[in-house]
Amino acid sequence: MKRPVIALIAFAIIACLPLLGDNYLLRLGTMFAMYAVLAQSWNIIGGYAGYPSFATAAFFGLGAYTGAILQGLGWPMPLAWVAAGLLAAVFAGAMGSAILHLKGHYFAIASLVLAEVLLEVTTSWTSLTGGGMGLNLPIIRMSIAAQARLFFWSMLGLAVLTFLMSWYVSAGRIGFALRCIRQNEDASSMVGINTTRYKVVAFVMSSLFVGAAGALYASWVFYIEPPDVYSVMTTIRPIVMTMLGGAGTLLGPVIGSAIFLVIEEVVWRNFLSVHAAVLGILIVGLIFYLPNGIVGAVARRFRKRGAEKGET
Amino acid sequence: MLYAQILLNGLVLGGLYACISVGFSLVWGVLNVINVLHGSFVVLGSYIAYFAYAHFGIHPFFSIIIAGALLFALGYVVQLGLINRVVGAPVLTTLVLTFGLDLLLNNGMLLAFSADYRSVQLADPLGSAVVGGLVFPLDRLVAMLLAGVLTGLLYLLLVRSKIGRAIVAVRMDREAAALMGVDVKKIYAITFGIGALMAGAAGSLLSLVFPISPLAGSEYLSIAFIVCILGGLGSISGAIVGGIVLGLIQSFGALFIGPQHGLTIAFVLLIILLIFKPTGIMGRRGYE
Repeated sequence: MKRPVIALIAFAIIACLPLLGDNYLLRLGTMFAMYAVLAQSWNIIGGYAGYPSFATAAFFGLGAYTGAILQGLGWPMPLAWVAAGLLAAVFAGAMGSAILHLKGHYFAIASLVLAEVLLEVTTSWTSLTGGGMGLNLPIIRMSIAAQARLFFWSMLGLAVLTFLMSWYVSAGRIGFALRCIRQNEDASSMVGINTTRYKVVAFVMSSLFVGAAGALYASWVFYIEPPDVYSVMTTIRPIVMTMLGGAGTLLGPVIGSAIFLVIEEVVWRNFLSVHAAVLGILIVGLIFYLPNGIVGAVARRFRKRGAEKGET
Repeated sequence: MLYAQILLNGLVLGGLYACISVGFSLVWGVLNVINVLHGSFVVLGSYIAYFAYAHFGIHPFFSIIIAGALLFALGYVVQLGLINRVVGAPVLTTLVLTFGLDLLLNNGMLLAFSADYRSVQLADPLGSAVVGGLVFPLDRLVAMLLAGVLTGLLYLLLVRSKIGRAIVAVRMDREAAALMGVDVKKIYAITFGIGALMAGAAGSLLSLVFPISPLAGSEYLSIAFIVCILGGLGSISGAIVGGIVLGLIQSFGALFIGPQHGLTIAFVLLIILLIFKPTGIMGRRGYE
């Protein structure tokens, strides 16, 4: 069976989680789905195209605030989520056309600064966003359990959509163009790939569902504040998850987000005061011992075994 | 008169900013590594100055030497043991690695020193002098002058000493430098050590000016980012110009727009500059 189909079956099994009736597990499941959205989205620009984007928090925060403000104006929830995703995509398109000509560190910093600027704007624009006080979302008239299920399924649905987008990218023309850009941008441009267009497309794709996830997150937690949604960790986590699973692979980000979530949960429960240090150790270990991620390491082992068989 | 005073404050602040950033710029320029640890190195320097004063009565101006030496050793070891192994890897790898190391160091400092803000309370501060209607905060002024002296020493080191010439050579062409008998890995470690040394020294000086806390690390890092991009990467003159520009933006921005927006203006300026002139005000140079 094809690997993407297995992944879809796995998603379907996860969707049955509410049957267990455990709210803690359901919360974890929602977190997993959110992480999977962020990691898979980052993978498109950071993994396939190899551009070190640090803009995830910008898209996430923008989406969260758009969703929260629209819901405050009385928009229905799903519509607010869609609008948040679209606004994040428009923002990514505009900013991407401006900063994607930068390379290496310069692009990394420019994308990082996007979140900083949005954070400052959000904090200062008190009349619209509530400023540093944060923003409360309208209460939903629904039982707690029904809410938990609703947000879990919505977030999981978003993760599946992101997965389908990644699949489309990896199997198609875009993925091919992005991989070319990662290997040698000048050469890709020489053989007729419109590198600027594909880079902007990748940047927009990496923002759309992140913006929607931000809005969904806002509806889920009922209260957002600028330092929470624009946090640097929102940017770093998806990168670490993708590297953990395997950057530039279809399944890597999903596997990475599941494993990352488990590690994070164990650490938060048991070693709260050193959780940042544990993440630091995880990162250092990852870079030195698992540079291609889990999927990369497994693939390499299979290839080696295949080669040995071929010789004998 | 008000403008003259703000100009003066901006210049003093800018001098300190330049000192924070010059080591960051050196590492970025020579190793092509963005050292996310830099902000925490500055904070560590501040703590060393704080404890040296609290326990041994050593004035922060003199603990520059202690903080510089300790941070140099730390930087040298970190580069030789860890970062050297991935120094040629894609940007993302080194960035994420130093970010991870920063999480470790910052968490360590939080555990050791707690998040409380501390400050060095001098027994006999220099106070301030009024010359021609302008207030000169003397402690800050001396700190800035010392920062200038340090930056000058670094410049001399790079231009005059054998090691300095080797660093410049590696920056210009790594392969050619290696062929000329330069031990590139060792030069990388020394360069990273010098970057950390400058951060530590800047931290000691800043312990008199800003409150000390592990949480301040990310702000110092932002300052270093902005200064390097504003002034242009990898040259001492770039760091000085960038530092002074940022100091002035913050001082005048505080007057016209409000003190809380100082960094915002700088960030917006940074994006605009990145889009239109990514090489910065002074352009890209190689310590010629």
